[in-house]
Amino acid sequence: MNRAWCRAFTSAGLLLFAVSCHRPLTHVESGGRDQVLHLGNGTEPQGLDPHIVTGVPEHNILSALLEGLVTEDPRTLEVRPGVAESWTLSPDRRVYTFRLRRTARWSNGDALTAHDFAYSFRRILNPALGAQYAYMLHVLRGARAFNKGKAGAGWEGVGVEVLDDHTLRLTLENATPHFLELLNHYSFWPVHPGTLERFGAFAKRGTPWTRPGNFVGNGAFELREWRVNSRIEVAPNPHYWDASNVALKGICFYPIDSADTEERAYRAGFIHRTQTVPIHRIDDLRRRRPGEIRFETYLGTYFYRLNITKKPLDDARVRRALALAVDRAALVSNITRGGQQPAFHFCPPGTGGFTAPSGLKFDVVEARRLIAEYLSATGQARVPPIEILYNTSESHKVIAEAIQGMWRDQLGLDVKLLNQEWKVYLDSVTQTNYFTSRAGWIGDYNDPNTFLDMWLTGGGNNNTGWSSARYDELIRKAAATDDTAARLRCFHEAEEILAREVPVVPLYFYVNVTLRHPTVQGWHPNVLDHHPYQHVRLQAP
Amino acid sequence: MQASLARFILTRLLQAVPVLLIIATLTFFMVRLAPGGPFSGEKKIPEEIQRNIEAHYGFDKPLGEQYLRYMGHLLQGDLGPSFKYVGWDVTELIGQSFPVSLQLGAFAMLIALAVGLPAGVIAALRKNTAADYIPMGLAMVGICLPTFVMGPLLILLFSSKLGWFSPMGWYSWRDLVLPSLTLGLYYAAYIARLTRGGMLEVLGQDYLRTARAKGASTTRVVFRHALRGALQPVVAFLGPAMAGLISGSFVIETIFFIPGLGRHFVNAAFNRDYTMVIGTVLFYAVLILALNLLVDIVQAALNPRSRLE
Repeated sequence: MNRAWCRAFTSAGLLLFAVSCHRPLTHVESGGRDQVLHLGNGTEPQGLDPHIVTGVPEHNILSALLEGLVTEDPRTLEVRPGVAESWTLSPDRRVYTFRLRRTARWSNGDALTAHDFAYSFRRILNPALGAQYAYMLHVLRGARAFNKGKAGAGWEGVGVEVLDDHTLRLTLENATPHFLELLNHYSFWPVHPGTLERFGAFAKRGTPWTRPGNFVGNGAFELREWRVNSRIEVAPNPHYWDASNVALKGICFYPIDSADTEERAYRAGFIHRTQTVPIHRIDDLRRRRPGEIRFETYLGTYFYRLNITKKPLDDARVRRALALAVDRAALVSNITRGGQQPAFHFCPPGTGGFTAPSGLKFDVVEARRLIAEYLSATGQARVPPIEILYNTSESHKVIAEAIQGMWRDQLGLDVKLLNQEWKVYLDSVTQTNYFTSRAGWIGDYNDPNTFLDMWLTGGGNNNTGWSSARYDELIRKAAATDDTAARLRCFHEAEEILAREVPVVPLYFYVNVTLRHPTVQGWHPNVLDHHPYQHVRLQAP
Repeated sequence: MQASLARFILTRLLQAVPVLLIIATLTFFMVRLAPGGPFSGEKKIPEEIQRNIEAHYGFDKPLGEQYLRYMGHLLQGDLGPSFKYVGWDVTELIGQSFPVSLQLGAFAMLIALAVGLPAGVIAALRKNTAADYIPMGLAMVGICLPTFVMGPLLILLFSSKLGWFSPMGWYSWRDLVLPSLTLGLYYAAYIARLTRGGMLEVLGQDYLRTARAKGASTTRVVFRHALRGALQPVVAFLGPAMAGLISGSFVIETIFFIPGLGRHFVNAAFNRDYTMVIGTVLFYAVLILALNLLVDIVQAALNPRSRLE
């Protein structure tokens, strides 16, 4: 008996010793040699069909596998030639003619032609596919009617023409100043017709054409491996037109949804970059890894919607008082703590070169005056109670509690908190069944329009019941003009209206807090958090 | 015995069919009652596009018709496509993640038994001594300490401080160690307490006194006579515990970033991934039914007084 125990202990000890001695190199340590980039990527992608998916993790992977007519500058996001080597624009700014490069190839070696783009646009607009982001293409002439499946609205009516194998002409409904930026959205990226036909995927969702071995793309990388909830791996595409300038030998994407797990993975040298950082770790990481924790401006606004169909929020004085009584500086320095920027207007500063006037401020005296004025005008003794709705999340909760405290202490309001699970919350918001609800908006493209067209009368994401004829007119005018200065004047006035009428209370502008290892070169912070991987390389640590 | 065993198994299998059908039906209608749907998101989709998507999946049909269609596919063994993970079938997703959970769960169970059984036996034999108090105290701590505390503690020690194991992932055999230890120790604590209780009850019985009086050694008394009876409560616990273990743990899989079934189980409900919810629930039901059947058979073998009925 005793001898057996001794043997067992000795072998267990030896095993532990062996485990402890043999430590393989971490991904970060071997990065300089292998040139394989390992990235935390949020959640498991919904899929890899660019015409079906909608989300940031999907974008991050697809941008390695596919390339549109244009690409973007990794620093400034300015439009650069992609599959199209050049393009011209008609004098009325509605007709774009793209010259496709003759060296463009699919990852199976097939030539990439203008027909492939036409096929792709036709597929995403086909009503039978039910593509969510099809509306991104509604800027094309006749595309909306075709997508709606209107009788008599055939494909011939859509402004997509193939002039020859390497020339594509796109005609727009209206002059759209941000059209070229839109082309950087994956809804405009091409899919390989031969592969889709092989899987019958032209009008069918959920076929296995996106699996490794089946997927044919035209990006700098091709799909190598896909293990659900574990890893997606891509390797260089030898047929990419600019393959000789691609330094990376591979990228691995990890769908790590827990921020704590992701941070541990980073500290263990498992990934080069995290997608986020847990709030409670920010202070410590600032001290211990000052060169690796990054605070980068992101094209997004955190705000509260006010439901103007409910008392007392139907009164603009109350709404403005709520907006003025929030101490945003305290909110970002004490609660969110990630270097967020207090928001005194809606559209993030510098979006497409536009910075809105600060129509709001922290002014308790004025807020109290507005409340007093409201009470005497309506003959009430107290402001009716309101409720803050937020979806289940620790960070939304602490912000809601802080705002609740500010409104209660500064204005003496009776404010309750209501927490709902994500899909229930979405239902409440779309049915305008709330008083005030937390919200966030991330720009789809770098232009004020992606933020400000939300508040059009009856807009799909308005959900506040608010409407202003003048506001609608300004946004429409901005979309139709191509005089940059005149456009910005429209947006300027629109923001002034928002600050006066306050259908929403902007709180702060997003900041991406991430960990990024110094060995990652050619990765530049930008407001869309887009990082074309063909410019990235790894250094030895 | 052989014939009665076969009849017993056959009856139970036949009973399982209506149970599963009822579970599938209840789940089908319950997930539809939850607010929101698989395609609702923060960015509102234009009305006509929403209609296109719903038509694609047949959501525009009456609910009764959808139910019949679903059940028709189900009876052919087709759990349908996942609504969230476009391009994957529910069967495929379960098929990929179950082996991972099975491996992790089986290993955790081995740890739980290897630690829990001896601890419980020794504690019962040395009742009210340090050899009883210390393991039972630790077991109490183990039960009280949730896995989301234990997991990060083990990571802190064995990964961050000592660097022996990777803090997360499922890429080599080393990745099995920390998560199965976390899960296993938690179950070990239960098993230890159950074993101790069972042993104490059995040790006082007449037939054991007889065995001792006849001069049987302690080892022989424990292993040959006592353990058989003492394990009854443990076996009853093991059935559902095993089903729980091998169908994956959301917490462990999230902490350690493991591609198991537990994450699918929970995320499916959050995503309103209807087919995935029904698929995972049915799968879990089958596991429970199968393991309970197994438990009944094992218990009958352990206890000659109980009969298979």
